[in-house]
Amino acid sequence: MKELVILSGKGGTGKTSLTASLATLAARDSKAMFCDADVDAADLHLIMNPKILETHDFISGNEAVINPDLCTGCGQCFEVCRFDAVSQSEDDTYNIDPLDCEGCGVCVDLCPEQAIDFPEKNCGQWFASETRFGTMIHARLGIAEENSGRLVALVREEARKRAQTRNLELILTDGPPGIGCPVIASVGQATAVLIVTEPSVSGIHDMKRVAELAAHFKIPAMVCINKYDLNPDQARAIEEIAKEKGLTMVGKIPFDKAFTEAMVQGKSVVETHGDSQATQMMEEIWKRINTSPAMAQERIC
Amino acid sequence: MIISIASGKGGTGKTTVATNLTAAAGGSLALLDCDVEEPNAHLFLEPEFTDSETVDAPIPEVDMNLCSHCKKCMDICRYGAIAVMGKKVLVFPELCHSCGGCTLVCPEKAIKEVSRPIGKVNVGRLKHLPGPAFVQGYLKIGQVMAPPIIRHVRTHEGKKDVTIIDAPPGTSCPVIASMKNTDAVLLVTEPTPFGLNDLILAVEAVKLLKIPHGLVINRAGMGDDAVYEYAKKQGVPILMEIPFDRRIASAYSKGKLLVDALPEYKEKFITLFEDLKTLAREDRRTAQ
Repeated sequence: MKELVILSGKGGTGKTSLTASLATLAARDSKAMFCDADVDAADLHLIMNPKILETHDFISGNEAVINPDLCTGCGQCFEVCRFDAVSQSEDDTYNIDPLDCEGCGVCVDLCPEQAIDFPEKNCGQWFASETRFGTMIHARLGIAEENSGRLVALVREEARKRAQTRNLELILTDGPPGIGCPVIASVGQATAVLIVTEPSVSGIHDMKRVAELAAHFKIPAMVCINKYDLNPDQARAIEEIAKEKGLTMVGKIPFDKAFTEAMVQGKSVVETHGDSQATQMMEEIWKRINTSPAMAQERIC
Repeated sequence: MIISIASGKGGTGKTTVATNLTAAAGGSLALLDCDVEEPNAHLFLEPEFTDSETVDAPIPEVDMNLCSHCKKCMDICRYGAIAVMGKKVLVFPELCHSCGGCTLVCPEKAIKEVSRPIGKVNVGRLKHLPGPAFVQGYLKIGQVMAPPIIRHVRTHEGKKDVTIIDAPPGTSCPVIASMKNTDAVLLVTEPTPFGLNDLILAVEAVKLLKIPHGLVINRAGMGDDAVYEYAKKQGVPILMEIPFDRRIASAYSKGKLLVDALPEYKEKFITLFEDLKTLAREDRRTAQ
């Protein structure tokens, strides 16, 4: 079994639209499982239209809460908190701001009155769903919650377990933007990543960083340039960088309004614009991904 | 006055708005690029850096001559970042949240904290524009913790009359670290189903923080009208629209500012800047 993770560094380069198109193509031989690892601002469900079969709470970490009846106002919690989450109330007891609490529990352990509770935190939900393309595992991190990396790891693990049981060959994972915690959680043990970039100074800057990240974790990376005709010079620069860094170029997609039209209809461009150049390009990209050396290795066992 | 610019969805135009606001308004202004995973504002504003600060995260270092293997450090650590195995103590720096718990509880005082670099912050000014200060943070490749870098970038706020913060996408901890305690949030979206879905999440986050907010609709005319209906229903004022225009996309792709490529935008960004200042001030008055 293999897993391809779609990344971009920069947001809004077309990760999710492309993932949806690749999902449409992958579903033709019905051996794939789908996963949305952008738990922070998930969008893939808007195209996949999942019928949710299972809903699970995502319990992760704890949150310190001071019991005002037991608090003597000694200020020990205030002293030990590194995250500026503790503040003094008007009646000289203390308060913890849940938005700032890191859940480290140091104040809980060191409170001389044992006046600090440490309940588990519900940080969101994750779902197992059926879609017209196959099974999809996705999630919704609670607003302003932490532990997005853990939730990403969890949805990928669930996708992997189910794919294994059903003998599926591929997991297609829509990744988050950036290069931090959730991105790192989305690439561990992946077979390869596909970096979707755009021909702009930002696209190039961010693609370099995410390519470095993939190299750091020794994950083979492929590149595809979306809207390449918006600036052909920058597109060429991206191809040069890809060559230099040993990244496989799998295709260049022209700017096409069909992608937005498809999105508005809740479909992939392959579904709505079957004979378009965009669909042709997606089919070619899909072929190149599947025959690329990056995808040849068995990394997940 | 601190104004943060956020979006939920990535690539909607946060940096376009932040950099053009800075260029159009000028004066006593600081732009803080808090998208420390993928900072881009410098690509449009040509800053000259005068200073670079390393951001360190303290991690434990155990003196094995003093350690009695009591495991108190391992017990307090909620992140599995320190483990006592027989006569050995293992530290996993990438799991450490720098809470300092292990150092505090060690009865032998065998643990001291050492610095581990997780990123850097560059500080400077703009080459072509007197007045504005420019600060950006960079998360080191392979590091997970963006919020400490964001907090470090934000130590530079308040030095000028107005601070503009370019926030990262999403709605989780790095975004909250960027928006918290700001006087107004400007949300940037595009009129598409993805733009709307993520805008709704962003509005929820801003409401949780109780910060007054307004909206910029970028690439207006691109998708559908649902974003407008949502904004109207929620009472979120639309402060500016930037049309879906290939000339704008082309200027952006080259790292050119909109106010330079299409000078008629200068006036529009100055108006936006004034509207934001009013938004931030008004709400503070009602809050009092």
